[in-house]
Amino acid sequence: MSNRTALYDLHVEQGAKIVDFAGWDMPLHYGSQIEEHHLVRRDAGMFDVSHMTVVDLQGDGVRDYLRLLVANNVDKLTESGRALYTCMLNARGGVIDDLIVYFFSENHFRLVVNAGTREKDLGWIRKTCEEHGGASPTEREDLAMIAVQGPTARQRVFQAIEGSEAVAGALKPFHAANLGELMIARTGYTGEDGFEIVLPDTAAPFTWQRLLEAGVRPAGLGARDTLRLEAGMNLYGSDMDEDTTPLESALGWTVAWEPEDRRFVGREALEKQKAAGVPRRLVGLVLKDRAVLRPHQQVQSSAGDGEITSGSFSPTLGHSIALARVPAGVSAGDSVRVPMRGRDFEAQVVKFPFVRNGKSCL
Amino acid sequence: MSQVPQDLKYTKSHEWARRSDDGLVEVGITDHAQELMGDMVFVELPEVGRQLEAGAECCVVESVKAASDVYAPIAGEVVAVNEALADSPESVNSDPYAGGWLFRVRPSGDDIDGLMDAAAYAGVLEAEGE
Repeated sequence: MSNRTALYDLHVEQGAKIVDFAGWDMPLHYGSQIEEHHLVRRDAGMFDVSHMTVVDLQGDGVRDYLRLLVANNVDKLTESGRALYTCMLNARGGVIDDLIVYFFSENHFRLVVNAGTREKDLGWIRKTCEEHGGASPTEREDLAMIAVQGPTARQRVFQAIEGSEAVAGALKPFHAANLGELMIARTGYTGEDGFEIVLPDTAAPFTWQRLLEAGVRPAGLGARDTLRLEAGMNLYGSDMDEDTTPLESALGWTVAWEPEDRRFVGREALEKQKAAGVPRRLVGLVLKDRAVLRPHQQVQSSAGDGEITSGSFSPTLGHSIALARVPAGVSAGDSVRVPMRGRDFEAQVVKFPFVRNGKSCL
Repeated sequence: MSQVPQDLKYTKSHEWARRSDDGLVEVGITDHAQELMGDMVFVELPEVGRQLEAGAECCVVESVKAASDVYAPIAGEVVAVNEALADSPESVNSDPYAGGWLFRVRPSGDDIDGLMDAAAYAGVLEAEGE
């Protein structure tokens, strides 16, 4: 039996096509994935992302423990409400998961990790906790999460949720504020402005209805995937996993090397890889032909072969885009070949993101 | 439940065929097929003049989700293709049995009478668990 979020009945009522995602019955789309994609780029859409795992870390010494657990440095979190994107690594420098760390107070941090990695993440966090004497993690299964994204998203949230403008009106990106039992964070996975709202399961259906009344339309996981791909945001399990390091995944910017004496898990392996030269990198691909790049397709270049990790049609650009892991010698401006259905297609290597705030970055 | 018009003929691979008064046969993919695939983004049509064998791959429909081959329901020569799909592939989703047609063939062998009727195709869908 699959898990269902507090909003499942509303999705069915709204005509969602439900699919299994990491053991959860989730909406893929509510009619048209492409229309939902455009809606988020041009106006506002909302996603039920309650399947994501919220873990609270409370008690003494949480910051010390997080300094070791994640590759980015939680010492960047100085004011209450700050959020940090980071990877959690194994000793080989491979990515166990990517996550957001929220800081509320010295004895309360919150992690939001992926649904598909829930069990191994919780196991890893507990084990590392025990080894380093940190506070024990509490999974918050009582919480739902709604991402409201798009150029008008914030205004519509202010209209829908009483008191939200007062606490969240001045929030900068990657900051969060609490409103009673709600956490409102100016974060997202679409490349648009907006909020991610963490709230009790019991308050989720009412809030969803209020957002609908404020003109926010629901969008499914299908649109979420094309939006994040256009925004050049990695998907765990596709673009990186335990056998790839952040340096091979275009996530070098999330690794905090300073101070040198912060010996986070995986640091040694990353230092070795960096010194030896990172062999592979994640690049963007653009295909102007009438075909769609797909995950696991081979990429051929003069520097050697690589593989597409995420690929789809970009509704904003009107052609296909992809992320691909290729030999380090491949760089932006190069052409690569992608064989599909017995034909070689020529794709251009580009820097990503492809789209940000509704506009092409190409 | 997807639509299965009574007046059309069907294949197990989810194409439909319609004979018009001029003896030509119009071909498309069924409502069930478009629903499974999701939003169409490209349609690669056969060349006009191409001789198709029954059951041959002749066309590719590509959605946000996947690319899928379309098979010729009967043998014949392609006499027309739906060029409007180049700009509006979404017609295959919104209007699979009319505006979303793919190509027309002049039958060279068996006509469409040997294909499944609506009741038989509905049975195929039922067996697939729709």
